[in-house]
Amino acid sequence: MPNSSSLPLKNAIEIRNLNFFYGTFKGLKNVNLDIAENKVTAFIGPSGCGKSTLLRTLNRMYSLYPGQRAEGQINFYGQNILDAKQDLNLLRARVGMVFQKPTPFPMSIYDNIAFGIRLYENLNRADMDERVEWALSKAAIWNEVKDKLGQSGLSLSGGQQQRLCIARSVAVKPSVILLDEPTSALDPISTAKVEELVSELKKDYTVAIVTHNMQQAARVSDFTAYMYLGELMEFGHTEQIFMKPARQETEDYITGRFG
Amino acid sequence: MEKHISSQFDADLTSVSSRVLELGGLVESQTRQAVYALARFSMEAADQVIATEKQVNTLEVEIDAELATIIARRQPTARDLRLLMAISKITGNLERAGDEAERIARMVKKILEHGSPRNLPSSELRIAADLASGLLRKALDAFARLDVNTALVILKEDDLIDAEFNGFVRKLITYMMEDPRTISASLDLLFVAKAIERIGDHAKNIAEFVIYVVKGADVRHTALTEIEKAVQ
Repeated sequence: MPNSSSLPLKNAIEIRNLNFFYGTFKGLKNVNLDIAENKVTAFIGPSGCGKSTLLRTLNRMYSLYPGQRAEGQINFYGQNILDAKQDLNLLRARVGMVFQKPTPFPMSIYDNIAFGIRLYENLNRADMDERVEWALSKAAIWNEVKDKLGQSGLSLSGGQQQRLCIARSVAVKPSVILLDEPTSALDPISTAKVEELVSELKKDYTVAIVTHNMQQAARVSDFTAYMYLGELMEFGHTEQIFMKPARQETEDYITGRFG
Repeated sequence: MEKHISSQFDADLTSVSSRVLELGGLVESQTRQAVYALARFSMEAADQVIATEKQVNTLEVEIDAELATIIARRQPTARDLRLLMAISKITGNLERAGDEAERIARMVKKILEHGSPRNLPSSELRIAADLASGLLRKALDAFARLDVNTALVILKEDDLIDAEFNGFVRKLITYMMEDPRTISASLDLLFVAKAIERIGDHAKNIAEFVIYVVKGADVRHTALTEIEKAVQ
């Protein structure tokens, strides 16, 4: 199987022999995968294949739920984040996440961004204003909201809300951004804006994206991982996966011959 | 090949593939008739080749439209995408092979209109012409069955046509040196020989695209030994 470790790229995350359990059910089976720095890595596969589960291990989002545990190693710049001593708040500041449904806080657009920053940093008003503008600009939504920063985040359209959420995760200056089906609730124009944003974000961040939309994976990612039944079936350059996958299973899935 | 979840997608691919074969059939018969026209100096056969040209052009345009529709509607990937890319290229090659057949037919007509064709070594072109039309038929067969082995045979046989072509050119030169009055007609025959050689090349290109569809390896401009390695 092609593996990104053979490429001259720096890895932000190295997953080694990762197994994941929902109680007794094994959701991930011995996954080994490298996520390259400043690249977009997409996870595709049918429902229940483990792609979201895998994404959620990368910032230990699963720790919120009892009975879920991971075994193996996830080395984030050399440090195993599965270690019991890992500070989860710090981890989630460095590995941000955006979910399928936009989840703005029920507060002003400004405070949606400032809220997370206040948890980690003590900025004066001017610096905070600057950071909020910076984050909203990074998420390509500044021009649309700059005149209504005091309005509720919930007053925005779905696509704007999603970009607000991306701005919120960018605001705390993470090094990795996890996107879990970020556009599945959005219309095509908003989707295109978010996809454009993903390409922008990878200049500064490492991006991992789970998507049901294969064409989206083909459009935005540098690397694609195909998962099935908790296993990583194939991983490689996106071009290779979509033009000439090495495994028949991958080919059947991406050409719509699955099932 | 397993079927798609969408049976309409399968139907679309089957439909466009069979239209390529239909186009291939037309061009193949054009080629055979051009060869016949040349061998028998038949004005009628030559006229038929020329008359078929319109049909070939129409079909080419229709196939391209079907391809564009499938791509727009289905966003094909992997083998499906390779198949559609290959069909687009194969269609272009077939249309151009048809143009070459037409060129032969026009040359035959021209030679006939200028009288005394029988002093020329046109019969010696028959071997190459038969090889070329046979190669085209085999290439279509390889495409219909997506058969890599047949495709490989075609790549080898195209070299035979090239050898025939070179031999024929040498002979023509001898004729022209012996009797300068044959120069004009000999030049016409040279164009015919070149057209035959080009038909062989188009058949070879089609064979290369068959390998591309099945193996995912782009073997254009690649030595035969390399190609054999790539398809293993």
